Amino acid sequence: MAKEKAKTSGSTETTGHSWDGIAELNNPLPKWWLYTFYATIIWAIGYWIVYPAWPTVSSYTKGYFGYSQRERVSEDLAQSQAEKAVFRDKIAAADLEAIKADPELLNFALAGGAAAFGDNCAPCHGRGAQGGAGYPNLRDDAWLWGGTLDAIHQTIQHGIRAEDDQTHMSQMPAFGKLGMLKPNQVSDAAEFVMSLSGNADDEEAAARGKEIFATNCAACHGPDGMGNQALGAPNLTDQLWLYGGDKATIVETITNSRAGMMPAWAGRLDPATVKELAIYVHSLGGGQ
Amino acid sequence: MAHMEFSSGGAPSSGGGELYASRVKIYPKEAHGRFRTIKWIVMAVTLGIYYLLPWLRWDRGPYLPDQAVLVDLPARRFYFFFLEIWPQEFYFITGLLVLAALALFLITSIAGRVWCGYTCPQTVWTDLMIAVERFWQGDRNARLRLDKNPWAFESIWRKGITHLTWLLIAIATGGAWVFYFADAPTLAKQLVTFSAPMVAYLFIGMFTLTTYVLGGIAREQVCTYMCPWPRIQGAMFDRDSLLISYRTWRGEPNGPHKAGETWEGRGDCIDCRQCVAVCPAGIDIRDGAQHECIQCALCIDACDEIMDKVGRPRGLIAYDTIRNLDAGVQEAAPLRLFRSRVLFYAGAIALVGTIMLVALLVRPVLEVNVLHDRNPLYVKLSDGGVRNGYEVKLLNKQYVPRAFKISVDGLPDAKVQMIGHEGGVVPVPPDNIQAVKLYVALDKAGVGALSSQATPFKLVVTDIADGTQTEHDAMFQGPPKSGTAK
Repeated sequence: MAKEKAKTSGSTETTGHSWDGIAELNNPLPKWWLYTFYATIIWAIGYWIVYPAWPTVSSYTKGYFGYSQRERVSEDLAQSQAEKAVFRDKIAAADLEAIKADPELLNFALAGGAAAFGDNCAPCHGRGAQGGAGYPNLRDDAWLWGGTLDAIHQTIQHGIRAEDDQTHMSQMPAFGKLGMLKPNQVSDAAEFVMSLSGNADDEEAAARGKEIFATNCAACHGPDGMGNQALGAPNLTDQLWLYGGDKATIVETITNSRAGMMPAWAGRLDPATVKELAIYVHSLGGGQ
Repeated sequence: MAHMEFSSGGAPSSGGGELYASRVKIYPKEAHGRFRTIKWIVMAVTLGIYYLLPWLRWDRGPYLPDQAVLVDLPARRFYFFFLEIWPQEFYFITGLLVLAALALFLITSIAGRVWCGYTCPQTVWTDLMIAVERFWQGDRNARLRLDKNPWAFESIWRKGITHLTWLLIAIATGGAWVFYFADAPTLAKQLVTFSAPMVAYLFIGMFTLTTYVLGGIAREQVCTYMCPWPRIQGAMFDRDSLLISYRTWRGEPNGPHKAGETWEGRGDCIDCRQCVAVCPAGIDIRDGAQHECIQCALCIDACDEIMDKVGRPRGLIAYDTIRNLDAGVQEAAPLRLFRSRVLFYAGAIALVGTIMLVALLVRPVLEVNVLHDRNPLYVKLSDGGVRNGYEVKLLNKQYVPRAFKISVDGLPDAKVQMIGHEGGVVPVPPDNIQAVKLYVALDKAGVGALSSQATPFKLVVTDIADGTQTEHDAMFQGPPKSGTAK
């Protein structure tokens, strides 16, 4: 009656493998294990039929369900767009101050603005909006065309020296190149400009430059060099320089002029995105 | 050393080198006795906890769920009575799992597969399914009789109703599972009105299937072929571990015994095979330790009952150590608890437990993360000053809304600006996070006074309500300090 048991000692077949006296037995697998294995094979065949599976020469088998990851992504994107649309419609309708006052809209606008900034603005202004030579740092407190929410919005919409009817337009003359100032006059004017921010090296030259400045530059930059945001004329008395504050760069600026350009985004981005960008840029620390 | 030998293969070997073996159906007989009673109690307690725990309420105030145990996946919170765990505090769960593993090792080195025999869900549900089977179809002999005539009307209806009951238990098991992940009363209402989320029905279906298949049908096959634990246990036992054993020295030579015959010159085992009949794994404990044996102790009950009847002392099958078995003594040698592996596991449990307890006690109710802007590190200002930006995250782990003031310590004359919180007060919702954009600026003189490019300072976060303050390290970055200050 004794149930025949598989034992380590003797009765069971071994694989012949033995390590340190421990033999590997060759016990039979349970039958259900085998059937489970067959079931997985059948499952795999079913999978081939209902899901995309096999490559063909120029395409692949689409499967009975017609499942496509690409379509799923499109659906998910469309759904997230629809969810966003609720907020974006509100942002498009509200004015900037109202968006800023509503914490929910403000959060959404800041997130959306950051994404749009990375896509559209970062190539010139840098990923962190820190700018570079010729491209303004949007985090500091110096603004060529104004740092209020409305002014920033205006600038983003219409650009600077862009092909847009309402774009910011101004032109500094190339004083040296056009022969309006002689090289020594340019040098003196540059020395005076440096003195405005307390960085002059040659007080005598600066004194000579004062006269030149009053005649040629003060019309836009103001008699005391404080600049004029209506004309995009930079404040020359602060410590920030768009192109550089050393003498050689200032001489070059006066000689050849500068005319940085920024595109108008109103036609390229929808109004809600432009508003989000304005709010985002305003939040970077320099907003007024 | 017969006891150290592990036989292999739950199903009997087909001997002749066949590759696959059919399962031999097991008809466990009902046992009565101490261990069966303990097992009924353990089953009632463990299943009671599992099915009822989600319905227990725990007041956490008006803002948070009042379910005592809740895994709130959408909100990323785990509530366990007075405990609440945020995702970044998952190490508490890790610690709990480490403790559970160590406890398993400890109990195994002391008393063998106690987990397998009494508390493993596979054992508990299988035991329940067998009890159901016994209720509808009768005990071992009745079930054997039914299987002789599988197509008889009696077989069909008794088995049908058994499977139906199994399915109902399985559905209840799956149903209880989903209540741990949502408010139980709400979800229960949704489930019966068919308005619950699809995922709830999906998980109920999955757990229904696994409970029915693993507990009702597969039973000991799970322990023998699927579970890795029986294979690991060999490394956990030693000569002083209490294992369910047949005392060969007392039982052999075995054989039938008629009332009144002498017990001289023979063993106490009368080969009644009751230990085999009650075994849910279908093995003969007299063959020694086997990896199919889940050490459920039912054979002890069965044998003790017989020993009482034939008037021999109990304990022919009992929890005993290999050391005692080899010595051939019963209840003589004391249990040696102070062994290196027992002490090691106990020490590890004490250590991990202490670390977790301390971590829990000092768990702050406010966490502040200060992230310095990296791009750019600092911004030069028109007056020659410098400004740094920080993202400050306030984690309010209390169940009430709180408000905080943030100030700077260690940077004289620093100007602090918070975007969106111009009043300087940051409200944080209950049990939630609020991120604040913080700008700290120094004017030209302030920057000039700094001795290095990077200056450490403290952000002081003050709770408006009770004035408690916490300090957090931050760094102020400026332009490189060169010899020629501009």
